[in-house]
Amino acid sequence: MKNIPQKVIHRYLRHDKKFPHVWCAGCGNGIILGDLLRAIYNLGLEKDDIAMVSGIGCSSRMPVYVDFNTLHTTHGRAIAFATGIKMAKPELKVIVITGDGDVSAIGGNHFIHAARRNIDLTIIIVNNNIYGMTGGQCSPTTPIGKFATTAPYGSIEPNFDLCELAKCAGASFVARTTAFHTTEARQIFEKALQKKGCSVVEVISQCPVSYGKMNNMSSAVKMLELQRDNTLPIAAYEKLPEEKRAGKIVRGILHDVEKPEFIDQYQKLVDSLSLQKQDESKKEDKSSKSEESKSQE
Amino acid sequence: MSTDRKVGKPILLQGNAAVTLGALDAGVQFFGGYPITPSTEIAEILAKELPKRGGKFIQMEDEIGSIAAVLGASIAGLKSMTATSGPGFSLMQENLGFGMQTEIPCVIVNVQRGGPSTGLPTSPAQGDIMQARWGTHGDHPVIALYPDSILECYELTIRAFNLSEKYRTPVILLMDEVLAHMRESVVLPPKDKLKIIHRIKPNVPPEWYKHYMRNPKYISPVASFGEGYRFHITGLTHDESGFPTQVPEEVNDMMDRLLRKITDNLDDIIQIEPFYMDDAEIAIFAAGVVARSAKEAIIQARKKGIKVGLIRPLTIWPFPDQDVENMLESTRAVIIAEMNQGQLINEVKRVTKYGQHSRFYRIQKYNGLVITPDEILRKIAEVA
Repeated sequence: MKNIPQKVIHRYLRHDKKFPHVWCAGCGNGIILGDLLRAIYNLGLEKDDIAMVSGIGCSSRMPVYVDFNTLHTTHGRAIAFATGIKMAKPELKVIVITGDGDVSAIGGNHFIHAARRNIDLTIIIVNNNIYGMTGGQCSPTTPIGKFATTAPYGSIEPNFDLCELAKCAGASFVARTTAFHTTEARQIFEKALQKKGCSVVEVISQCPVSYGKMNNMSSAVKMLELQRDNTLPIAAYEKLPEEKRAGKIVRGILHDVEKPEFIDQYQKLVDSLSLQKQDESKKEDKSSKSEESKSQE
Repeated sequence: MSTDRKVGKPILLQGNAAVTLGALDAGVQFFGGYPITPSTEIAEILAKELPKRGGKFIQMEDEIGSIAAVLGASIAGLKSMTATSGPGFSLMQENLGFGMQTEIPCVIVNVQRGGPSTGLPTSPAQGDIMQARWGTHGDHPVIALYPDSILECYELTIRAFNLSEKYRTPVILLMDEVLAHMRESVVLPPKDKLKIIHRIKPNVPPEWYKHYMRNPKYISPVASFGEGYRFHITGLTHDESGFPTQVPEEVNDMMDRLLRKITDNLDDIIQIEPFYMDDAEIAIFAAGVVARSAKEAIIQARKKGIKVGLIRPLTIWPFPDQDVENMLESTRAVIIAEMNQGQLINEVKRVTKYGQHSRFYRIQKYNGLVITPDEILRKIAEVA
C-alpha cells in the first residue's frame, strides 16, 4: 500500500464524477490542464479560493474535471461572468479557461475590455487554430491559407495575434507557450497566477482530429514537434537576424508591466467615499452640537 | 434627481428612481449594465449610490456582458441586477436562459420602448410581453412583474428580488416608458415594515452538499462560490450535483424541477388587482399605464351606470390563468387593451373556456402614444 503513486493532479481531479473526459486522443487540453494544476499546487493555492470559469468549446470543458468552484458559461462570455465573480469576491483567484474562437471571435469584446480594465483575472487561452467541438471550422486564429471545414479552399482571412491583441488592449501580463513546452507552461502559469492584473497566457495546442487532419498533420506527435521547431523563446528570437524570423512564433513572457488594477481602483473609490461620509457626519455632529449649545445659551 | 429615502413623508419620485430605491431596500449589492434609453437613470443613480454603500457597480461593454457579470456576481453571493430596454433585452436573452437553467437569482428591469429594432427609444410600448415569456430558447417558466404606479415600481422591485431569491431564478420587471420617466408623489413604507427575503444557505457539510438537491418543494439551498462548497455550474442539462447529464431520467428531473418550482407556487407568485369586478358585466384586461387609463374610464362609465371592471395583473408571468378565468366567468364581454399589436389578448382567450365568451374586444395601440381613458371609454360605450 505504501508505494501507491500519488501525482499532483490526483489532488485536484473530480475522479469519481466526470471521467472518462470528452477530449480526443492526442488533444493538448489534458497536458495544459496538468501544467496548470501543477502550477496551482506549487503556489499552494487552496481549492476553495479558486474559481475556474470557461465559455464554450473543447478547452472550456476543463472546469468540470477539477475540484474548484467551477463555472461553465455561454459561448464567449466567460470573461464577463468572471468579471462579476471577481468584483463580488475579490479574494477569489479567478481563472478563465477559453479557446481561440471563444475568446477572440464571439467573446472578443469582453476580452479587450477585461484587458483595458486590467482586472485581476488569469485568462488562459488554448489556441488550437480551429473550432474543435463543432468539427473543425475556421477561427480567427486559423492561419491564412490553412484549411477548415468552413474554409475548404483555404482561409483567405488574416489571423489574430492574440498576445499582441491583449497587450495593445491593456493587459499587464502577456505570455505565450505551447502544449509541448510543459515546464515552461507551468512556470508561466505560476507567474500569471501571481500577477495582480489582467494576465493573458496563450497556449498553442494541437488538434490532430479537426485541424491536423485537414492540414496534413493528423499525428499529434508531428504537431507537437512543430510546436517545438517553429517556436523559440523571446530572447533567442530577438538575437535572430531579421531574414530568419519569418514563420517563427515567439514564446515566453512577452509583456509584464505594473499598472493600476481595476478591483484595487474600485476599492479605493469605495474607501474614499466612506472617508468622505465619515467627515461629513463628523461635521454634522459638530454643527448640531454648536446649535445645541447656542440654543442652550 | 432626488433619491433621498424619506419615510412617512410624501416625496416626488420618478419611476426609474423608485426602482433604485426598491433595489437598495431589497439589498442590491451589484449592478452591471449598459446605457440605454429609457432605463438609463437606474444605472446612473446606482453608479452614484452603490459605491457609497460598499456595493459594486460596473458599466459593462454591452448588455450581453452586463447580464453575464450580474449572474457571476450572484454566483459569488451578491444580490444583483441590471436594467435595460428592448434592444438590450434582446441581447440578454441567451444568458437569461443560462440564469434560469442554472437557477441563479437576479433581477432584470426592462423599461419597454417602441420596437421592433431601435424603434421608438423615448416612447412607450408594451411590445416585450411575449419576449419576456419566450425570448430565450427552450422550455422554461418565467416570473415577470408589471407595475402601474411609481409606488409599485418601488414595491415590485423589492418583490422581484424576493421572488428571485426565494425561487432561485432571474425575475423580470417589465415597465412602461411612461412610468419610468413620470413623477408621482410617493410615501415609502418604513424599512422595518419591509419583508426582505434572502436565498437559503446550506447547513450541511460540503461533502453532503448538492447544488440542485432534490426535494418536494423543488427549491434547494444555494451555496456561493468561495464558501467552501465546491460545486459545478453549467448551462448544459445537469444532474442534482450540477454535472452535465444526458440520462433521460435525469434530464426529466431537471426540467420538471425548473417548471414545478414555479407552477407549484402560483399562489405565492401571482398577484392580480381586480377593480370594480364584483358586479362587472364588462371586464377590461390591461397592465401598467394602460390599466391606469382603464381605471379612469371605468369611474366615468360607472357614473353612466355601465357595470364595467378591470383585471390588472401585477404578475404578468406566469399568467394568472385561474384568476382571469374565474373573474371572466360572470362577464359577457372583455376588452383587452394593450400597447402592442395583440399579445395579451391571446393569453386571455387561451384561459377562457371555449364558447364562454362570444365577445372579445381589443384596443391595440402601437404608435408611441398611451391609450387614453377616452379611448377606453368609447370602447366601453360600444360594447355596452
